[in-house]
Amino acid sequence: MANSQAVIDRKDLDALFTLLTEEGYQVIGPRAEDGAILYAPVSGPDDLPRGMGDEEEGGHYRLSNRNDAQLFGHTKAVQGLKAHLYPARQKLWSAEKAGHGFRVVKDSSPQPRYAFIGVRACELAAMVIQDKVFEGGPYTDKGYAERRKNSFIAVVTCNHAGNACFCASQKTGPDVSEGFDLKLAEILDGSRHVFLAEAGSEKGRAVLERLPKQVAEEGDKNAAAAQIDAAAKGQKRAMIAGVADLLAANLESPHWEDVAKRCMSCGNCTMVCPTCFCSTVEDTTDLSGLKAERSRKWDSCFSIDYSYIHGGSVRNTGASRYRQWMTHKLSHWVKQFGHSGCVGCGRCIIWCPVGIDITAEAKAIGKGA
Amino acid sequence: MTARAKPRLGVFKFSSCDGCQLSLLDCELELLAVTDAVEIAYFLEATRKDMKGPFDVVLVEGSITTPHEAELIRQIRKSTKALITIGACATSGGIQALRNFKDVNGFLEIVYARPDYIETLDTSTPIAEHVQVDFELRGCPINKYQLLEVLNALLNGRKPNIPNFAECVECKQKGTVCVMVAKGMPCLGPVTQAGCGNLCPSVHRGCFGCFGPMETPNTDALAKRLLTELGQDKASVMRSFRNFNANAPAFREESLKHE
Ligand code: SF4
Ligand code: SF4
Ligand code: SF4
Ligand code: SF4
Repeated sequence: MANSQAVIDRKDLDALFTLLTEEGYQVIGPRAEDGAILYAPVSGPDDLPRGMGDEEEGGHYRLSNRNDAQLFGHTKAVQGLKAHLYPARQKLWSAEKAGHGFRVVKDSSPQPRYAFIGVRACELAAMVIQDKVFEGGPYTDKGYAERRKNSFIAVVTCNHAGNACFCASQKTGPDVSEGFDLKLAEILDGSRHVFLAEAGSEKGRAVLERLPKQVAEEGDKNAAAAQIDAAAKGQKRAMIAGVADLLAANLESPHWEDVAKRCMSCGNCTMVCPTCFCSTVEDTTDLSGLKAERSRKWDSCFSIDYSYIHGGSVRNTGASRYRQWMTHKLSHWVKQFGHSGCVGCGRCIIWCPVGIDITAEAKAIGKGA
Repeated sequence: MTARAKPRLGVFKFSSCDGCQLSLLDCELELLAVTDAVEIAYFLEATRKDMKGPFDVVLVEGSITTPHEAELIRQIRKSTKALITIGACATSGGIQALRNFKDVNGFLEIVYARPDYIETLDTSTPIAEHVQVDFELRGCPINKYQLLEVLNALLNGRKPNIPNFAECVECKQKGTVCVMVAKGMPCLGPVTQAGCGNLCPSVHRGCFGCFGPMETPNTDALAKRLLTELGQDKASVMRSFRNFNANAPAFREESLKHE
């Protein structure tokens, strides 16, 4: 079913924030803070990074000035939705000493209701992958499931790609066809500044119905389509085809040693990757030993403890750790979940302090380097 | 309260600035819980009570720089069940280990009117080079929450939650924007052990390496980046690796490459 489209004027965009706030959502959107675009609480369009763009390369990121009035003229934020839906640290339960045993106290604090505005195609694709991880198996992560169920997703389609983007080759963007509540395309043409809007769910339809809007003209639909086309064609990076099989056939490639010389096992790539889901469990006690607490924390396959089993760690070399990260993401993931674990957002390339590029490493392995 | 025998705690100082022991006093509210849980039998910064060993646990701050200290640490080791070293001095030799890169007699002549009154060793070395150490807590100074965690773990018979991975993990878990990538500032975070609580990057400064090398430090890769994209010269790279943890093997070897 083709969803009906409408046009919202820039000066009416406030209404979306007001409506979502009235509905009890905490509105999260892009903000320019500390020299980068971050997802943070926003109270209205004035909080959005008006006229800001982002420059990105391997190990390099700068905000730039676009000299225009676009609110979403940047690309993706430093972290995707992961930091909100799957927080870096989450309390699981606590326990109190009772007689010779202990009593478990369940954590019953309500989960937040987030409305995300400005979500990119790659971020949505990553969220769908994490849904599968946390909700798709026999055991559901209840906290995640509740935060997801509570959330409202307003996608904004990209009108250009960042230098590190390669969603087109991963077929996760830049267009979005499902999984959103609302989809917006920002159209700025001279003094005309509007958003082409489309609802993708009942929740989205209910919101769109209540917003001030006009009928969508062919011109706006064409402009939005042209933007997505430009974002796809402008991508400077691409993942090579057949990478899953290529990596599986090259587990002993000498190239892993080559990457290991450059890779610092710092874990940044795994922390910013919107699909990485590994965690560890940490138990703490109070000094008296009468109370204990269990938390879940983000973990990284680049740490030594990550592969610690009885007697020692399994992955003691940089080569084995980088190979684990890359082969899981691009190869084993396909066997595990039925698709790649990489949505082509390019974050691991940008936020790697030494600029290691997963697309370039894949190519190098392809060349048998 | 369960009736648990109070372990006897001693806090000893070698060549150092006192900052790490003061972290214990800095625990303020938690300090009351600590004094509830342990008997502080020797801690000159806090009490004049000077009780003798044996101790159940001893915290040692400072490095070994004199023959007297080298002897004293052996006696302390004999008088305690557990020995925990705290801070960069005790775990790597501290800032005073800069002497290890030069001839110590040169310093003696510059600093002291009568160098012949001074009895000192040629090097400043960590406690673990002299006696067996049960746990090393890093930092210049240590983080008080990590200190409480180590004492807490010891009291409750569990493993302390003290990670050995890179400081970068603390940045990402806290949501700090990387100063190296977004501002082009040199940062030792990728080769430095986490634990400070993300002090410098969260106030837009590069990591100085106070917590010493992380578990698998690839200092060579970081130094190459500092020298190329970040536009640092050899002397700055040498100084980055040669400060509070200059004598930690990974940092020492890297700084020597840039002399
Ligand atoms: S592997 Fe890199 S490009 Fe792919 S989804 Fe993760 S961060 Fe994005
Ligand atoms: S990877 Fe694609 S969807 Fe993501 S920001 Fe870049 S162009 Fe947009
Ligand atoms: S690839 Fe880059 S970000 Fe990832 S662990 Fe290696 S150095 Fe760190
Ligand atoms: S600021 Fe420093 S410690 Fe933090 S992620 Fe960047 S390189 Fe790592």
